[in-house]
Amino acid sequence: MNSAYMELIRIRFLTMLAYRVNYYSGILIYTLNIGVYYFTWQAIYGGQGTLAGFTADQMTTYIAVSWMARAFYFNNLDREIANEIRDGSVAIQFIRPYNYIIVKMMQGLGEGCFRLLLFMTPGLIIACLLFPVKLPTDPKLWIIFAWMLFMSFLINTQINIITGLSAFFVENNEGMMRMKRVIVDLFSGVIVPISFFPGWLITLNEWLPFQAITYLPSSVFTGRVPGDEILGVLLVQVVWLVALSIPILWLWRQARQRLFVQGG
Amino acid sequence: MYYAGLVSEYLKNYAKTRLTYRADFWVEVISDLLFQFTNLIFIFVVFMHTPTLAGWTRDEMVFVYGYFMIPYGIFSCFFNLWSFSERYIVKGEMDRVLTRPAHSLFQVLLENVDPPSLIGSMVGALLMILTGMNLGLSFSPLDMAVLLLLIIGSVLIYFGIYTALTSISFYSDAPTGILPLVWNIQSYGRYPMTIYNRFIQVLLTWILPFAFVGIVPAAYFVEGKGMQQMALLTPVVGLITFLIGITLWNIGVKRYRGAGS
Repeated sequence: MNSAYMELIRIRFLTMLAYRVNYYSGILIYTLNIGVYYFTWQAIYGGQGTLAGFTADQMTTYIAVSWMARAFYFNNLDREIANEIRDGSVAIQFIRPYNYIIVKMMQGLGEGCFRLLLFMTPGLIIACLLFPVKLPTDPKLWIIFAWMLFMSFLINTQINIITGLSAFFVENNEGMMRMKRVIVDLFSGVIVPISFFPGWLITLNEWLPFQAITYLPSSVFTGRVPGDEILGVLLVQVVWLVALSIPILWLWRQARQRLFVQGG
Repeated sequence: MYYAGLVSEYLKNYAKTRLTYRADFWVEVISDLLFQFTNLIFIFVVFMHTPTLAGWTRDEMVFVYGYFMIPYGIFSCFFNLWSFSERYIVKGEMDRVLTRPAHSLFQVLLENVDPPSLIGSMVGALLMILTGMNLGLSFSPLDMAVLLLLIIGSVLIYFGIYTALTSISFYSDAPTGILPLVWNIQSYGRYPMTIYNRFIQVLLTWILPFAFVGIVPAAYFVEGKGMQQMALLTPVVGLITFLIGITLWNIGVKRYRGAGS
């Protein structure tokens, strides 16, 4: 059984590899995005030393690492699931002897492996050459970051699956998918680190899963989280991973009883 | 006159197809605006930590953003050729367009109009009015005329650049990925040019003139930016860019040979 799931990862990886040319321009686009934020933040810092706990140097590293982390964890599973529900092919998936949710997770993982090797890694190298990015030298931090990145991939994928499954309940979940994208980009800390938000929004974000996607891993990696607090940060990600499994299971149970295929 | 009649016919057709899916219409409008909101939120959050950005205050930056949204909304209403290569060249739909008397670019653009984008322009205008009042700017009738001229110039820049890039599909059949690339460069045009290094400044002013769709023309109305004359260049730059775009298109269309069966 497990080998079937492993095979799904491999196939998705190979499919992505066939279309790798499309991702070369992706690297440039992400670099451009890093560029616009880099220059803007440089101007914002001007002469000021620290803003919201970030020095200008830390900010540069934070932006580069956060965008390139996004290059890794980003996927369109929500759209894939919604399309399969809408065109009815999900019905075929139901009768196959595997779990649809795990299948999607594995396909996401295959895409993630591809993105890590051919998108995030070269992208980060280019960003380091173009901008004064200072990566940590402590190997322990690299290992922790790799683990946290894997967790942010899982949490982001869970959020995508929840959004995708909502297509079982509303006929057109296009709006939900777009709204999710805006919220994840805004509250995960890619666009602005969460510590820059006004107080009430920081408090709100402590109770939301999005910070676990970008803000926490990038904060640890840029060395903004003191050593004794890292364990707590790791725990936050685990808690969200478990907590987000509950709505997925619930949605999945409900969904099977009300599959309604449009057209076909 | 002939072209005006065509515009109204195309719009009627558009309305008929869209009214079938009314809910989608609002979903599209709101998610469009949400995307713009993230940029605005960025500006607001940033100015909670700094009084000025390269000499620009928060209200001034929002004013610039408001201006930026107006030509952008008009442009996205009339220009949706992001899948031109697949739809018109690979599938050969260009054949149908070319058998008709009206100009090919005009037809292709009107077949893909998206009027909901204009709501973004209205929000932009609203932002300009609100921040303009905060800044104590007064708009004389002459200013209004200049504003109109600048907006037309900015829209022409968008059209010129993207028409030129779309014309590449006539010369090369492989998807180039250059469109999304330029699309992302465009967001550089909202911030003061002085924050960038020399290379990007030259690029944005004279090569891909996105400085003229945001910061430069908006600076005309803000006191003490010393860019008045530069701003008045916007219509000229717009006209030149547009002419380059349309020329590349016209040459490209001649090379079109049709595809498929």
